[in-house]
Amino acid sequence: MGTEAFQSVVPLTVNGRSCRVTVDHRSTLLDVLRERLGLTGAKKGCDHGQCGACTVLVDGRRANSCLLLAVAQEGRDVTTIEGLRAADGEGTHPLQRAFVERDAFQCGYCTPGQICSAVGAIAEAEAGHPSHVTDPQTPAGSAVELAGDEIRERLSGNLCRCGAYPHIVEAVEDVTR
Amino acid sequence: MKPFMYVRAHSVDEAAAAHAGRSTSRYLGGGTNLVDLMKLGVESPRTLVDVTALPLDAVEELRDGSVRVGATVRNSDLAAHPLVRERYPVLSQALLAGASGQLRNMATTGGNLLQRTRCPYFQYLGKPCNKREPGTGCGARDGVHRDHAVLGQSPHCIATHPSDMAVALAALDAEVELYGPGGRRTVPAAEFHRLPGDRPDLDTEIRHGELITGVVLPPETAGLPSAYRKARDPRLVRVRARVRGRGPGRRGLRRTRGADRIRRSGAPALARAAGRAGAGGRRADR
Ligand SMILES: Cc1cc2nc3c(=O)[nH]c(=O)nc-3n(C[C@H](O)[C@H](O)[C@H](O)COP(=O)(O)OP(=O)(O)OC[C@H]3O[C@@H](n4cnc5c(N)ncnc54)[C@H](O)[C@@H]3O)c2cc1C
Ligand code: FES
Ligand code: FES
Repeated sequence: MGTEAFQSVVPLTVNGRSCRVTVDHRSTLLDVLRERLGLTGAKKGCDHGQCGACTVLVDGRRANSCLLLAVAQEGRDVTTIEGLRAADGEGTHPLQRAFVERDAFQCGYCTPGQICSAVGAIAEAEAGHPSHVTDPQTPAGSAVELAGDEIRERLSGNLCRCGAYPHIVEAVEDVTR
Repeated sequence: MKPFMYVRAHSVDEAAAAHAGRSTSRYLGGGTNLVDLMKLGVESPRTLVDVTALPLDAVEELRDGSVRVGATVRNSDLAAHPLVRERYPVLSQALLAGASGQLRNMATTGGNLLQRTRCPYFQYLGKPCNKREPGTGCGARDGVHRDHAVLGQSPHCIATHPSDMAVALAALDAEVELYGPGGRRTVPAAEFHRLPGDRPDLDTEIRHGELITGVVLPPETAGLPSAYRKARDPRLVRVRARVRGRGPGRRGLRRTRGADRIRRSGAPALARAAGRAGAGGRRADR
């Protein structure tokens, strides 16, 4: 069997730009972003869904790009840290500014994943998605306020080896308050 | 990773035909377990049949009052769904007790039920494992097995099943809907996962090539007070209780054992309750 059975052309929108990439079916979205599209913001930490360094937004939802097969993302709209913008489309996203202002990193390796994860978490909370620490009595569908433990729980899929957690929580609180 | 063919199915029949019951075919849900195992070499399919575009992504109330969850509903959407939060809180809480926000956005109902054990001997090709390769022995039995099963284990395998969701489904008397060459059938969630016995390679009652199309939550357990508590290390035991009936004399207290290793005082009562409930062992993963 020829190699063509094991590869596909995948149309994608990445950070607002449409592209078509020929991918080996084994490629993850993370590898395509980093190695084919030159977007090295999303990082490879564990490559097994455990650290969150590879977090990107797919159709607006946060996901671990190291476990997404690129071929399965046909037609999806992917946003990486490079594509985040302020609401008016100009300048950096408020979370990016808050991370700088709060000094919410040390080496910075986990930061793109932390920020993409926080963007996704904020949208989930606004849409009324509960977390493990949300009071079960909260009416379904009502927005959940993000502070303290809610932020810690919702960002628990993003590890930081440098232990910048306290400042990460403060940075997210700056944006959600 | 070995090269493989990829097919995106748009109907259940198309999915079943593409899979064709071949031992080398696998359905692909969110991929959070399958892709992981492919990277480790534990799985090396020749064909992946992506089921995420199937029209199985709804949570809906049926005429008899039961709630049907499609196989491709993502774990995060299921946990947030008003029907689930209001009628089956234990299910929402069990889902939220597992994995991470990112993973729950990707993981599907079908894939969650069929995720494999996180036993390190299963995941590492350099060690024997009867579940991965029948007849090679159990590396965990005389190895590092602090996280392994106490209840329901066998001489052949002491691995636990990691699904939190499955514990809640068993407690709620849910049914798993299957579709395959033999037609449609349903299996009670409490019987879906097998104890290892002498066939630890078979995790569940599913037959090769069968597709999970959904899960049905019955009206009988809707609205019962229920909750999910996941105790993490050092106790390593997961117990979920549902109280049947209201008011005094609550008979039929039901507990589903989530797992595993019961080592502290106070635990024997849980162990007895768990033994009565007789579910498969499951362990907390994080
Ligand atoms: C870091 C990490 C931590 C985790 N922690 C937890 C935890 O604490 N608790 C917990 O419960 N889980 C945990 N998980 C596991 C996670 O919940 C599962 O990986 C996920 O639910 C699997 O769903 P999926 O759709 O991604 O499955 P996939 O990976 O796509 O598939 C898993 C299996 O199911 C089969 N399959 C998929 N869909 C169907 C279908 N419709 N019909 C038939 N077969 C199908 C596939 O062929 C494959 O064999 C963790 C995972 C990771 C990576
Ligand atoms: S690199 Fe994807 S979660 Fe660690
Ligand atoms: S800042 Fe170094 S890992 Fe988070």
